[in-house]
Amino acid sequence: MSPEMLLVWPIALPMITAVLTLVLRRSPVGDTVSLVGAVALLAAGITLLMHVLEFGPISAQMGSWAAPFGITLFADILSAAMVVIAGIVAVAVVVYSRQDVSEGERAVGFHALSHALLVGVCGAFLTGDIFNLYVWFEVMLIASFGLLVIGGRRDQMDAAVKYVGLNLIATLAFLAGVGILYGAAGTLNMADLHLTLADRQNETAVLAAAAMLLFAFGAKAAMFPVFAWLPASYHTPAFATSALFAALLTKVGVYALLRVFTVVFDGSGAFLQPILLVGAVLTMVVGVLGAAAQNDVRRILSFHIISQIGYMVLGLALFTPLAIIGAIFYLFHHIIVKANLFFVAGVIRWKAGSEELDKIGGLLKASPLLAILFLIPALSLAGVPPLSGFWAKFIIVQASLEARDWWVAVAALAVGLITLFSMTKIWLAAFWKEHPDAEPAAMPVAPRSMIWPIATLAVMTVIIGIAAGPLYTTAEEAAVTLLDPLAYVEVVLGPEAVAEARASEAAELQLAEVAQ
Amino acid sequence: MNSTILKTATRLLLPIFLIASILILWRGHNQPGGGFIGGLMAVIGVALYAIAASIDEARRRLRVDPLVLAGVGLACSVLGGLWGSAAGGAFLQGVWPFYEYVSGEGTKGWPIGSVLLFDTGVYLTVLGAVCAIIFALEEAVFAEREGSR
Repeated sequence: MSPEMLLVWPIALPMITAVLTLVLRRSPVGDTVSLVGAVALLAAGITLLMHVLEFGPISAQMGSWAAPFGITLFADILSAAMVVIAGIVAVAVVVYSRQDVSEGERAVGFHALSHALLVGVCGAFLTGDIFNLYVWFEVMLIASFGLLVIGGRRDQMDAAVKYVGLNLIATLAFLAGVGILYGAAGTLNMADLHLTLADRQNETAVLAAAAMLLFAFGAKAAMFPVFAWLPASYHTPAFATSALFAALLTKVGVYALLRVFTVVFDGSGAFLQPILLVGAVLTMVVGVLGAAAQNDVRRILSFHIISQIGYMVLGLALFTPLAIIGAIFYLFHHIIVKANLFFVAGVIRWKAGSEELDKIGGLLKASPLLAILFLIPALSLAGVPPLSGFWAKFIIVQASLEARDWWVAVAALAVGLITLFSMTKIWLAAFWKEHPDAEPAAMPVAPRSMIWPIATLAVMTVIIGIAAGPLYTTAEEAAVTLLDPLAYVEVVLGPEAVAEARASEAAELQLAEVAQ
Repeated sequence: MNSTILKTATRLLLPIFLIASILILWRGHNQPGGGFIGGLMAVIGVALYAIAASIDEARRRLRVDPLVLAGVGLACSVLGGLWGSAAGGAFLQGVWPFYEYVSGEGTKGWPIGSVLLFDTGVYLTVLGAVCAIIFALEEAVFAEREGSR
């Protein structure tokens, strides 16, 4: 199989699965097909990652239309690893949905929509064309809208309208930004944009496009002040859907920020960096304070997504190699942990009958195993050693100290502390205190299809924490490629395209040495 | 709706819309047009029929569940894309098995291949998906009107 096809399968496989599950949506075979499709996606992701780790970044031209005219797909370690994690989440969500998602929601097409969402997610991770990125965002938006409304309840409709309304504004800004960019640069291929815009970063049109795209990706990632859509919608759908959204949707926004603000725009520029830095810190703080004010398990977790997104954007804003490593490590760790916490919220609901903190309790007695399975991702989220979240926060704080942004480091640590407070709140209410009216012994037993995904992801969290080394190395290699856009250009447009840029770079280095 | 004028006109217009939609799909191979716009044209015909007769009648005449139609369409498009790579090119590369260029004589054969399969897929996807949306909306409005009575 040609290496080019490695880039196509993570998009084509969920597409095929979506078709099959759509046709089979009323039949029990659909569930199995969906699971097989998710496993196939994971396998395709792993194959791609192994190839990229061994041979370096690869690119492919759809329909053999040469770059920069055709649509380019591109994978380096970051995008390949993101596809793998999306595959892990897909498998976990499909297994979990077996009991969690109702017959009715399946008959309307839960599996088909989930896989359509994965098409958009993987497409966004793998594309090398900024307009194509917009298309994948739209695919994601439509599929997630469908997933929000298939339950048909009134509060779900309400959530979906807010979700789509606010997201459409972001999408329009994205399209407008792409339009301005095309007008200014005459190309939409990211590698070609890098070459075209290399010495035009301070032009008004380019900055306007950058601001538009920052707004759009920021809204997708749920950054301050455009995060309102997230807590308005994430607590209404099925738990499997919430977990899928929480794991992947915002992270695609962060990925787009990481990619576009290293390759196309200069994220360390005098105009963008302060916005990113202040935006990141405010996102962290506002998210965590919002969580402290909530009294519903999924609402608390939703606000924590926002706060954690702040850490990742902070990594990009600091723009040192260590900070970028931190952002990537955070991205990897957070997807696993966040999906898991939403899974646990589903089991809490299953056993205790509610998500509101006042109406639940007694779960420590009813199920000590569940208590442990909650503590692992919860403490990891708060950054307690030796779990994965500790390393993620450690790298980010270390990077901000190295950059001598003391106030940023203080904010990051304080937010970690308040996160721990929120997690303690859930712990006290759901596990520690007595249930207001139910006996622990009489609580229903959670099905295995819900416990297994939680246990697996919890084990992953522990492994990442204890053996953080390999993941750190992967994040480091990913950061090195991300911070060398010319390598990206070389893979897409060939060595001739970058020869000139490389030569001038070398000349500049020489000049700098002479000056010293 | 119960209007004789609309019903009679639809009987005449529906075939015109469908034929035009296929012509646009066909013409889109090398000229403006294609599966997307052709599919929308076909939807206009079906929607008109659904308004003139009834949703149930339109569903019956469509024979297949519109979402299944959309699924089949998406499958056609993916297959059209994979065909290109299976034939040794890139994903989505155009392949025309019955078409060749002979030097001195120009092109020979039928320009039928993966591109047409892809575009037909787009046509079916648009037709199926938009019909499903229109039917669902019409039925929701109808149910609400019945409920408020």
